[in-house]
Amino acid sequence: MSMPAPHPTKARSLRRAVLGSRSLMLGSLITGVFVAMALISFVWTPHSYASLDIPNKLKGFSSDHWLGTDMFGRDVMSMIMVGARTSLAVALIAVGVGVLAGVPLGLFAAARRGSLADEIVMRANDLVFAFPALLIAILITAVFGPGAVNAIIAIGIFNIPVFARLSRGAALSIWQREFILAARVSGKGKARISVEHILPNILNTLIVQTTIQFSLGILAEAALAYVGLGAQPPTPSWGKMLADSQTLIALAPHVAIVPGLAIVLTVLGLNLMGDGLRDVFDPRLQRGRR
Amino acid sequence: MEKLTLDIGGTPILHEIDLSVSPGEILGVIGESGSGKSMTALSIMRLLPEGARLGGAIRLMGNDLAACGERQMCGIRGREIGMVFQEPMTALNPVKTIGDQVAETVLVHTRTGRREAMEIARRTLERVGLPADRFPLSRYPHELSGGQRQRVVIAMAIALRPKLLIADEPTTALDVTTQAQILKLLQGLVREDGMGMILITHDLAVVAGLADRIAIMRQGEIVESGPTLDVFETMRHPYTRSLFAASVHQPLRHRPPEPERQMDPILDVRDAVRIYPPRGRTLWHRPPAVRAVDGVSLAIRPGENVGLVGESGCGKSTLSRAILALEELQGGEIRLFGKTAGPHMPNALRAGIQVVFQDPFGSFNPRWTVARLVAEPFHLMQRKPVDAAARVIEALEEVGLKAEDAHKYIHEFSGGQRQRIAIARALITRPELIVLDEAVSALDVSIRAQILDLLADLSDRLGISYLFISHDLSVVRSITDRVMVMKAGKIVETGPTDDVFNNPQHPYTRELIAATPMLSTALSARRERSSDND
Repeated sequence: MSMPAPHPTKARSLRRAVLGSRSLMLGSLITGVFVAMALISFVWTPHSYASLDIPNKLKGFSSDHWLGTDMFGRDVMSMIMVGARTSLAVALIAVGVGVLAGVPLGLFAAARRGSLADEIVMRANDLVFAFPALLIAILITAVFGPGAVNAIIAIGIFNIPVFARLSRGAALSIWQREFILAARVSGKGKARISVEHILPNILNTLIVQTTIQFSLGILAEAALAYVGLGAQPPTPSWGKMLADSQTLIALAPHVAIVPGLAIVLTVLGLNLMGDGLRDVFDPRLQRGRR
Repeated sequence: MEKLTLDIGGTPILHEIDLSVSPGEILGVIGESGSGKSMTALSIMRLLPEGARLGGAIRLMGNDLAACGERQMCGIRGREIGMVFQEPMTALNPVKTIGDQVAETVLVHTRTGRREAMEIARRTLERVGLPADRFPLSRYPHELSGGQRQRVVIAMAIALRPKLLIADEPTTALDVTTQAQILKLLQGLVREDGMGMILITHDLAVVAGLADRIAIMRQGEIVESGPTLDVFETMRHPYTRSLFAASVHQPLRHRPPEPERQMDPILDVRDAVRIYPPRGRTLWHRPPAVRAVDGVSLAIRPGENVGLVGESGCGKSTLSRAILALEELQGGEIRLFGKTAGPHMPNALRAGIQVVFQDPFGSFNPRWTVARLVAEPFHLMQRKPVDAAARVIEALEEVGLKAEDAHKYIHEFSGGQRQRIAIARALITRPELIVLDEAVSALDVSIRAQILDLLADLSDRLGISYLFISHDLSVVRSITDRVMVMKAGKIVETGPTDDVFNNPQHPYTRELIAATPMLSTALSARRERSSDND
């Protein structure tokens, strides 16, 4: 038996969908720039981010210091690049923790809707949710001391109930559909149905939430660093840079504006990317797009 | 009311539609989905979606509605033209009482006070058969049944005695006995108030019994119109003929030799009881449990097609889920191929029974290709057969689809094609019994006829038995050997299909059959009436 040639339009329509989605292109571009900056910083930065050069403090943009220098004469460009590393890593791992723990919990609870297990999982989530993320972070840093790793743990724990609730809610509505009944008639168990049928159908909701949580993670990291509970000096962080420069805002506004802009742009880029991804991943939306 | 003419030209949705309704007249507009019949109704109400452009003229007693502004239209909607929608479950606002909702129409259009409006609402609700003592104005929609809600919707539409009533599939979502009552109500209201009514439906039998004149629509055009009897008797247009043929379609069946009574049944249900735990239970109050299936026994022998008929809520879907071993029984026993069946039965046993559901849109995972969807029941086998891909294509071709379709996604198919895919999925494990749970109810008549043909053909060739669950008696009649009538969790009558339909014993069966609109009986009744008048 000869297999018919692979559906000719599938790959092409996907490529067209990716190229055709303006928000996805723009979002990926912005995010890509920051990811590239973070990666390049491992091998090269214009200056050493930690070298102090007091005589050249608070300089404006120049060919030597593209984004000027801060109050200790450190190169802002280099700090932004290394800071991107910190911000992205913290946010990425924290969201990863949230997704990897939260989604299975949510799917489990949805599959056993109304049971004692469902109650326990969801009430535990409520308990975590009841504490603001920052409070958890302060709690953790108070016990284990400040640092990037503890910030990751704090933000990650906060992310778990977000994803657990979201996936449970989305999964419950999918469980009502007839194709789930059809799968059960095919003898599939709850775990298998959750992975094969439920997960793909709640994926776009999850993708959008992931990008939102990712940007919230960046903001949370910045906030923790701002109050001094994030990455510790000399490791630069966007939040820390903001905190250090706020008293100098009248004297050298660029030192505060640059890290602020970096945060805003990354969050914007991620949100645009999330919207675009949702559209591309949904086969129902592919036909309408020309 | 004078004459209402409607011309819409220029838009690709509707082409040059001419319709007219006189006072006291019922115009039936018939068409299959996508024929533009609902769009015609919305054009008259000027409730078209954004971007729609209307051409031609719509005249209500001489006023051209097409030229009216939105503000004027707001004065006309509800006052001059009332509308009844298909879905009574969503046409009412769940947080407002029925009295408020009927009175709303009055308050919006007239300068009456609230008390007076409520008085009008009260009277209107009486007229539609919701008496004050049992249905006070303070009732909420969720406290009413589907038929009662549809009565409230009708009350809203006729509260101000409009000149024209548009009913868009008013009974499609209702059970047959309820449908008969609502149709009778509408007919009575039209006669009493002398209003014109446009009855939009896909069901020829409903129209044949009710409408004075009919118009048949197809792809945005009226292919034929005229007095009901004339249209049905002459059927000038080929589409009218094909629609008529599809409605009375009898799939050709080479009936297998009468199944021997000694043959062991493939499905044997004995005294099945399914109890749902009571809802709304509190510490002090414990409502009684619902016995959805109450001591049902049935048997299906190889090659036999059995119908299960009943109205919504009678327990037929619960029974089918128990048979499919999706739910546990609280009493009795189900035996498949001689072995006890239940939620924990081995997959090999499950492979012998498959299912086709009602909703062609909800029964597929939208993110899977057709090949993967159809192959899903392979999960029941010890290991996936080596020729799995070939068997998927074989199954698709068996149901009249092409091998290329395997790589498409489900949204690329129409409702009828999806139902074919559902049948292919049910065939893939080569089962001996397929449960068809309202499998053709959501389809247009011509598609329904094709699917019924396909089912009859498959049953003949492959020797598959069907358990055909439906509320539609004419469909069940055409494809089954034996039929069971279910009411309130019990089977009230069972027997060979022709015997049950021609000579129903149980009063409920008689009621059901009487309520079912039948094209032939409706037409002959009409003929008699017209010859009486001559």
